[in-house]
Amino acid sequence: MHPWVGAGPEDRGAILRELGLDSVDELFAALPASVCTDRLPLPGPRDEDAVFGELAGMALANLAMTCHPSFLGAGVYRHVQPSVVDSVLSRAEFFTSYTPYQPEISQGTLQAIFEFQTLIAQLTGLDVANASLYDGATALVEAVLFSHRVLRGKRRRVVLAESVHPVYRRVLATYTDPLGLEVMTVPPGADGRVDPARMAAAAGEACCVVVQSPSFVGTVEDLPAVAEAASRGGALVVQVVAEATSLGLLAGGGAHGFDVVCGEAQAFGIPAGFGGPHLGFFACREGNVRQMPGRLVGRTVDEEGRRAFCLTLSTREQHIRRGKATSNICTNQGLMALAATVWLEALGGTGLAALARSCLARSEALKARVRQLGSGWSLAYPAAPSYNEFLVVGPRPGPELARQMAAKGVLAGVPASRWGGSWPDGLLVAVTERTSAADIDAFVAAARGVS
Amino acid sequence: MRRRAIRDEPLIFERNPKRTRRQGILIPALDVPEVEPAAVLPADQVRGALSDIPDLGELEVVQHFHRLSQLNYAVDEGLYPLGSCTMKYNPRLNERTARLPGLADVHPLQPVEQVQGALRLIWELEEALKGITGMAGVTLQPAAGAHGELAGILMVRKAVEARGGGRDRVLVPDSAHGTNPATAVFAGFEAVEMPSGDDGTVDLAVLDRMMTDRVAAVMLTVPNTLGVFEHRIVDIAELVHRRGGLVYMDGANLNAFVGRALPGRMGVDAMHINLHKTFSTPHGGGGPGAGPVVVSEALLPHLPVPRVVRDGERFTLLEEDPASIGPMRGFYGSFLVLVRALTYIRGLGAEGLREMAEVAVLYANLIRHRLRDAYHLKYDSPSLHEVVFDDSRQAEHGVHNTDIAKRLLDYGFHPPTMSFPLIVHGALMIEPTESAPPEEVEAFCDAMLAIAREVEDSPEQVKTAPHDTPVRRVDEVRAARQLVVRWRPGDASSP
Amino acid sequence: MPAVPEDLLYARSHEWVRVEGDVVVVGITDYAQDQLGEVVYVELPDVGRSVDAGEEMGTLESVKAVSEMISPVAGEVVAVNEQLASEPNLVNEDPFGDGWLVKISGSVDEDLLDAAAYRQHCAEEKESH
Repeated sequence: MHPWVGAGPEDRGAILRELGLDSVDELFAALPASVCTDRLPLPGPRDEDAVFGELAGMALANLAMTCHPSFLGAGVYRHVQPSVVDSVLSRAEFFTSYTPYQPEISQGTLQAIFEFQTLIAQLTGLDVANASLYDGATALVEAVLFSHRVLRGKRRRVVLAESVHPVYRRVLATYTDPLGLEVMTVPPGADGRVDPARMAAAAGEACCVVVQSPSFVGTVEDLPAVAEAASRGGALVVQVVAEATSLGLLAGGGAHGFDVVCGEAQAFGIPAGFGGPHLGFFACREGNVRQMPGRLVGRTVDEEGRRAFCLTLSTREQHIRRGKATSNICTNQGLMALAATVWLEALGGTGLAALARSCLARSEALKARVRQLGSGWSLAYPAAPSYNEFLVVGPRPGPELARQMAAKGVLAGVPASRWGGSWPDGLLVAVTERTSAADIDAFVAAARGVS
Repeated sequence: MRRRAIRDEPLIFERNPKRTRRQGILIPALDVPEVEPAAVLPADQVRGALSDIPDLGELEVVQHFHRLSQLNYAVDEGLYPLGSCTMKYNPRLNERTARLPGLADVHPLQPVEQVQGALRLIWELEEALKGITGMAGVTLQPAAGAHGELAGILMVRKAVEARGGGRDRVLVPDSAHGTNPATAVFAGFEAVEMPSGDDGTVDLAVLDRMMTDRVAAVMLTVPNTLGVFEHRIVDIAELVHRRGGLVYMDGANLNAFVGRALPGRMGVDAMHINLHKTFSTPHGGGGPGAGPVVVSEALLPHLPVPRVVRDGERFTLLEEDPASIGPMRGFYGSFLVLVRALTYIRGLGAEGLREMAEVAVLYANLIRHRLRDAYHLKYDSPSLHEVVFDDSRQAEHGVHNTDIAKRLLDYGFHPPTMSFPLIVHGALMIEPTESAPPEEVEAFCDAMLAIAREVEDSPEQVKTAPHDTPVRRVDEVRAARQLVVRWRPGDASSP
Repeated sequence: MPAVPEDLLYARSHEWVRVEGDVVVVGITDYAQDQLGEVVYVELPDVGRSVDAGEEMGTLESVKAVSEMISPVAGEVVAVNEQLASEPNLVNEDPFGDGWLVKISGSVDEDLLDAAAYRQHCAEEKESH
């Protein structure tokens, strides 16, 4: 007997009798004896306190960002997590429901996704967005495969800025290698920004040209120039966004002629969660909607003329298209998309802009203090515009800076050279609306103490 | 049936139409100097006001989502007998452990010394899944079942390369879910359809003919999509291995035999597991799930990176390995989903997991027994955790599985999976899972029998269903023909 | 009963063919549109493309299914029915008239069925379901 199994021993007995069986083993007769076992090599059942205790013990063995000033970014950002978000997510009608294949009893989920799609389209400046993807890295993969499809499979090259997140680029390689796509990587210039002319030079044979802005090293790229230069050769132009709140202050690539804006929306109120679950997003032009991967919710009516929502264009997806599907993905990150929707709608347009300005102001304040530090400290790209993240160089290599500052209670940033790269071996420092003046003081004090 | 009025809920963009200023979230007060964005950012990129996203107060937002939630059916409300989806109970304990700050507020790029608890958790779940399946290795990285499936086939591809190449196709039974051939194509293989035997199982003679030295792998679902266990699985695997191939198993139906059978003894080389199915993590209205993949010794070297490595009491991360297929996604997996799965496995324990499968199979067979006179059972082979009927008897009255599904909504149940597997025309695939009390399962059977009687006495009731849901039958054709996938200013509030 | 006009030729994959000089007009049959359901989108080949008999040249989508559009003849696509982009429903409402799909310059061969043979073919297909 167990609370999570609905039938007890008498119930089981009654069912067996109704089926005319002596033992439940008879129902498993088709399983060959050679593959069977009597007991799993696992401990027995445990009560809630015991289970919670074990998991809580693991939690205590981690240094949570809750306890220390944290400047960790590099694709995962620590923004406000208002209570209202988790409260909505905890409604059983949202978290214990299935994919909305029966629209008549899933209008809640469907409407929320329609609102998410609208918000992403608005923020990216493009026509249409899907119901979400797994994460930023796989969103990049989908954007590349999308571009390849839109151009009818005739171009096999991808031009990729090196300052697209290294993790995203490694994930892309996992997918492009088996498909025989060629990836050309273009390093940033001395100013930490991509040179639009260099990107464009290789674009003639490419299905897409991809930049991340703000980039992995925090620089804001010259998106209009990149779009103009890169699109001349007929390639699709793709913007990757890893810090989604930047769209509260900076127009998305759709406003500058980009064909795709995609990336990671974890910044919209989703916990860091040691890397997941997070929230990929994807937006493109109306004309390409049939090639768009992932789920899509559309507006329609019911037979009594009421407005209603339903999943649409499912024929792109693999449960129908099978070998000719637009993508391997056949789900979205439902509950995470809901979290982002609640977060954005609770903030409102004014609130999101205010939050982004707060990130900018705090980031500029810390940058100013770093400029004054001396002793081998400097900004790697002092002249480049940035939003809420920037690369700092110190008197020691990045990992050593992080280690020494952590010993002083400051999670100072992510070492930029963790995956190599054509940039100095410093620390990526991220700032959000939660970074207080006292936190900034703590960073500076810890930095001064580095030997 | 709803016993009180429910208001239609406008789109959020239709609220606060005058766009007055309200506040839903108070962010920390600015304690540093303000900065004018155009002073430090490229002026041609600074955006204008986001006036299309209304400002709302906190309660207004809560009410919006509360009313939307009331329009959804959920597991917490009643049976969700979707075949192959394993819509079981999501224990509340999972929600507590997943919200521990020491797990949720941890950054994936913190140095390993700072995250020993998280790394241990991943390792513990890996060990548990290896034990449950009897397999040699595992990755917890994939974000969903289909994603895990792709990882598995990419590992097969890497193994083929390591062995000298020359195998460019994968065999997929015609009863398989659409993800199987799609995955094969994404991994750069040709998907070759293999005709099933009469009951959806593999025909050994057909396999013998098709299993050439150009075939890298066979993709199987066990039990198959008709709920029938592949009883010759050991022979199938041996044949495939003898011819130099590998066996991929779609683990969507694992709930049928946890604690009883071990894929590791069947000769399986890779199998994906759906944590949001078998291991109770929430479906969330469409994710986030997780699709770990367990592997045999043959595929161990090719597991994705990064990998958690245990060295005594210390855990580290292996970031690179040339034999690996590489990373499938950012970081290590949908960690907070993994937390829920480990909670579940610890709660149930070895005996509980076995009981889980037993009751899932008992309930499916109870449904089969009670409904087989009213609905046509196409294949007589024994059912495990799910049973597949078809609508052929009802079709004689002009009623199809879609109509039956819509009528079930009026009885307060979610319908079963329909029109799948493809080899059964008009299918009704029913998987009750083990969570519900017997009375709920019986009530579902009563509803199905009542509908069967309605089909004979008053088929119009069924054909025009649903009658008692928040919206009536939705025009999916119009949704595809007149594609509207976002709100725009100026859209009418009503259709 | 699905309509099967006597003056047309038919492919086993449910396309119909009308010969107009050295161009053939191609569409899908009433039986096919009924099986497919309400068409929501038609993917047509590019004008100028060469096709072989039996080659897939496009697709027809309903809400729940995708059907291949198979060329019944070898030749070059000289015209496509652009109206289907905004009115895919024409395929359902007038499959032999305004719901035509493509025009191909090429000639028919003996593999195509006449109306009687096509009716027989449909009857056999229905049996095996």
